Amino acid sequence: MEEVRAMMAGNVWKIVVSEGEAVEADQDIVILESMKMEIPIATEDGGIVKEIKVQEGDFVNEGDLIAVIE
Amino acid sequence: MSYVDELQKRISQIEKGGHEKYHQKNEEKGKLFVRKRLELLFDENIDIEDAFFANCMDDSLPSDGVVTGIGKIHGQDVCVMANDSTVKAGSWGKRTVEKILRIQETALTLELPIIYLVDSAGARITDQIEMFPGRRGAGRIFHNQIKLSGRVPQVCLLFGPSAAGGAYIPAFCDIVVMVDGNASMYLGSPRMAEKVIGEKVTLEEMGGAKMHCSVSGVGDVLVKTEPEAIEYARNYLTYFPKSFREKPRAWEAKNAKEFEKSMEEIIPENQNAPFNMYDFINRIIDEDSFCEIKKKFAPELITGLARMDGKSVGIIANQPRMKGGVLFPDSADKAAKFIQLCDAFNIPLLFLMDVPGFMIGTKVERAGIIRHGAKMLAAMSEATVPKISVVVRKAYGAGLYAMAGPAFEPDCCIALPTAQIAVMGPEAAVNAVYANKIAELPEEERASFIQEKQDEYRSDIDIYRLASEMVIDAIIEPNNLRTELINRYRIYEAKNVIFTERKHGVYPV
Repeated sequence: MEEVRAMMAGNVWKIVVSEGEAVEADQDIVILESMKMEIPIATEDGGIVKEIKVQEGDFVNEGDLIAVIE
Repeated sequence: MSYVDELQKRISQIEKGGHEKYHQKNEEKGKLFVRKRLELLFDENIDIEDAFFANCMDDSLPSDGVVTGIGKIHGQDVCVMANDSTVKAGSWGKRTVEKILRIQETALTLELPIIYLVDSAGARITDQIEMFPGRRGAGRIFHNQIKLSGRVPQVCLLFGPSAAGGAYIPAFCDIVVMVDGNASMYLGSPRMAEKVIGEKVTLEEMGGAKMHCSVSGVGDVLVKTEPEAIEYARNYLTYFPKSFREKPRAWEAKNAKEFEKSMEEIIPENQNAPFNMYDFINRIIDEDSFCEIKKKFAPELITGLARMDGKSVGIIANQPRMKGGVLFPDSADKAAKFIQLCDAFNIPLLFLMDVPGFMIGTKVERAGIIRHGAKMLAAMSEATVPKISVVVRKAYGAGLYAMAGPAFEPDCCIALPTAQIAVMGPEAAVNAVYANKIAELPEEERASFIQEKQDEYRSDIDIYRLASEMVIDAIIEPNNLRTELINRYRIYEAKNVIFTERKHGVYPV
């Protein structure tokens, strides 16, 4: 199981995968908007997206859980 | 038995190291015997060895658990200190420490690089009075390291534990290469942590190679095997002179790697969209010449050694693919040490800018981002080697300053046509200046008003305008950047500057 966490504080701009979807290593899960930049948050290992913990528009702080990959 | 036979017998006994069972234990962990490591490290083998017979009156302590001497790496003499973990787990006795001190002092006298092959359990508690507190005690190892720092390259290859005080050997080296699974560093072991502060934690979490190379930043390079670590060190030293008195040697020039996509095609027009800075770097350096440092730590900033036209250059580049390329406390730290490393050994610097600025928010303020950012600015400002900054895309706010902007005496500040230099980006600026006005406008007029003001702002910070004002020194077509840089570095090689006269600055550490 892999926990995908926010690498920096920002708003969830886009969620680009859905629960149940198979993702590869290094694939983007969500894109944050922070410091006026698009910040892609990717998985390290990949697997099946078990749960997405955020919604578009949410504020996340550095280290917050974004998704769980199995 | 003749005298010679006796000598031979003693030599072959000592060369074997510790008891067979410890050799086996090491083998199971993928650890090589110290003498095998040295064979791999040097062009041939160690050429001269000092105090081989240290502690030879005690059969259980061959060479007192450490090999010291000099051998050649790519033809250059290099000093070495290598723990033998088959001898009392590589622990330090009185003679171990004295041997380490002497090879350091040799490195200082001859001004030769020194490599530490660390695999040691730390002090032998039974010998503490002889090896711990005194003038020639272990503390002196660190004192010597600090004295050597910036005079000669110091490299640490960590093959096993480096515990308690011993953990400071890596800390004072220019670079620490760690073997995943075997290497570890910690002041207090997990067992000690549980006893003293009640924390339950594994060795890997406490001081493992992955942790140090990605979280603490005490480690610089994570490798899978010992031969890989040794190869990294041999290659790393090719970028350096033997001491601060010389320049790095030039190697055979190579062309840059060829790619299908041109420079223009890889740089997105939208300043806010990420792109991969590695693609950019690979198009300007000699093929396969990138030797990255701290790849896994603070990856929003890339630091590494490379060659252009066969000559060493130190690259500091924002990575918009990670954290938007924003500067954080860790990235600033990473840059500060790398800049000092290059400046100490006469390696020219290249700053590649695509930076939205320093991170904001409570998290980073509490972590002291101002203090850490100041560290980066101080190191960059003080560097007197040839220094070129290139504005690849955006350079906003203090990001421009930290990345060797025009005020910090770069020999040249080059812009690509995609460059955008400003206190902040158009979106943020229009927000900051017109927030009240925007709020007062009827909903349907807002978007066009914002667009209009952003366009005005963009033309205000137009790169040709900045070139006209001589803020930047040149605008270069991206596909010609490599040639431009090679020309400029060749010319700036004549640079000979002293930053300022004083004992030393008071650094914002």
